[in-house]
Amino acid sequence: MTSKRQRPKWLALFFGGVLILTAPLSLNLVLGSSPAGAEAEGEKAAADAPENPRSEYWGAVRHGVSGYSAVTGPEANVLIQSSGQTWRELRNGPASTIGAWLMAAVLLALGLLQIFKGTWKLDHRTGKTIPRWSVFDRVIHWGLALTFIALALTGLGLLFGRYVLMPLMGKEAFGALSAVSKPVHDYISPFFIVFLLLTLAAWMKHNIPKAHDWEWLKKVGGYLTHEHAPAGFINAGEKVWYWFLILGGIAVVVSGLFMLTPNFDWTRSTMQLSSIVHIASGIGLISFSFVHMFMSTIGNEGTFEAMVSGDVDERWAELHHDVWYDELMAERGSSGAKTESTAG
Amino acid sequence: MARMKFLCDSERCIECNGCVTACKNENDVPWGVNRRRVVTLGDGEPGEKSISVACMHCSDAPCAAVCPVDCFYTTDDGIVLHDKDICIGCGYCSYACPFGAPQFPKNEAFGVRGKMDKCTFCAGGPEQDNSEAEREKYGRNRVSEGKLPLCAEMCATKALLAGDGDEVADIFRERTMKRSTRPDTWGWDVAYKDGSDDF
Repeated sequence: MTSKRQRPKWLALFFGGVLILTAPLSLNLVLGSSPAGAEAEGEKAAADAPENPRSEYWGAVRHGVSGYSAVTGPEANVLIQSSGQTWRELRNGPASTIGAWLMAAVLLALGLLQIFKGTWKLDHRTGKTIPRWSVFDRVIHWGLALTFIALALTGLGLLFGRYVLMPLMGKEAFGALSAVSKPVHDYISPFFIVFLLLTLAAWMKHNIPKAHDWEWLKKVGGYLTHEHAPAGFINAGEKVWYWFLILGGIAVVVSGLFMLTPNFDWTRSTMQLSSIVHIASGIGLISFSFVHMFMSTIGNEGTFEAMVSGDVDERWAELHHDVWYDELMAERGSSGAKTESTAG
Repeated sequence: MARMKFLCDSERCIECNGCVTACKNENDVPWGVNRRRVVTLGDGEPGEKSISVACMHCSDAPCAAVCPVDCFYTTDDGIVLHDKDICIGCGYCSYACPFGAPQFPKNEAFGVRGKMDKCTFCAGGPEQDNSEAEREKYGRNRVSEGKLPLCAEMCATKALLAGDGDEVADIFRERTMKRSTRPDTWGWDVAYKDGSDDF
């Protein structure tokens, strides 16, 4: 036997990838090599069964042993790879179904919240505004948001379109649409990566957990009761979204970069693992983004304008971000004359 | 109706790569794309074995199952073909295929692969049989002319067999009997590992 092919421990990798969403791809290397015990066992079995050595031979082929081929190309010397079947079952099975149910459950929960609690309105507006997001902040936010939405729509189309859109559009039209959405997905991704890195770097200082965040989380931000929970410049829910974006973002970007660069001749098992991590992290991010989009638009009056004009009403800041508001007021008190002169 | 199959007799294959060459020539396959390849196991060692492998035209084809645009179809003869007008070159079929059959004319950054190309069992594609469009995209359509894939037809040692599964199986069974051996796959000591040798 010329060499032992790597046999990824698929189940372990799947749970690592899906549950943590951020399983680093190096796991493939750690878990991928077959344990020495199993190899020794295989050789012993071969020694015990000299009658038909070929039976072991083809058994090894079934498990992905490699040989020599005059035809060159990635893994051209491997007769059979079995992990493709595992990938197929995971992708067409749990990754798709759990993913679809997760997105549906989040949308349903948000719909119920809207029906039963309605938009969280401001009791009044002061008319005075406080600057919240600079032009730079808004540019990176909307850059990230638009590239994310484009990637989400095209990505979901590639995963679910065959079952959702194709029956409606017909095979030819859906094929033509996908022939556009696939390169769009591929070429938008570098812009997404740049905006993601900028946003994560620029906003890390706002997202360090504080003691009052725990209060916020215990009250679920007050969304179930519409009683305000303490929050600084960024509330605890937004901080969770931020850290989820870091973890999920790394997973989705790293796995995506593998699939984006077939020119590096990644092995098929690397691509399969990347695909599953990409689906899991992508759908996780999409599901969380539903919550973010809901909370910042119809969920809360006065929030969306912060990302449009950059300013928020003072009353909004006082209600939703009281700790930040108090800090601002204290600051303003200590340098009140200056503020008034600029305002005047 | 026939159920088309390939079978490569590893006792006969001499790794001449004639099938690979015949396929490339007959189908005008682009540079870098090989619809068929020969893999030698234990190369240079006593008992080395060679196998010619291409698309095996699976019943429940994994490529078709994972294709995001559902461009695969199975003919009445059990041949798995695909529509290059629909293919988007995502490469998923190549991740799923056990045999490494799907090939791509390009392999560039940003997932640029071009339309997938694979063995058609010399049966062309969805276009009009033997049309110029079909020949350009998929190569020759020999099956429509009542001929078998050229790789098998050209095989000097008749190691590579192609045709209706029943006939291919009959030929192989006859050979196995004449050799007074058993089939090389699996064998007693694997199938009945815990049993006795009383059979």
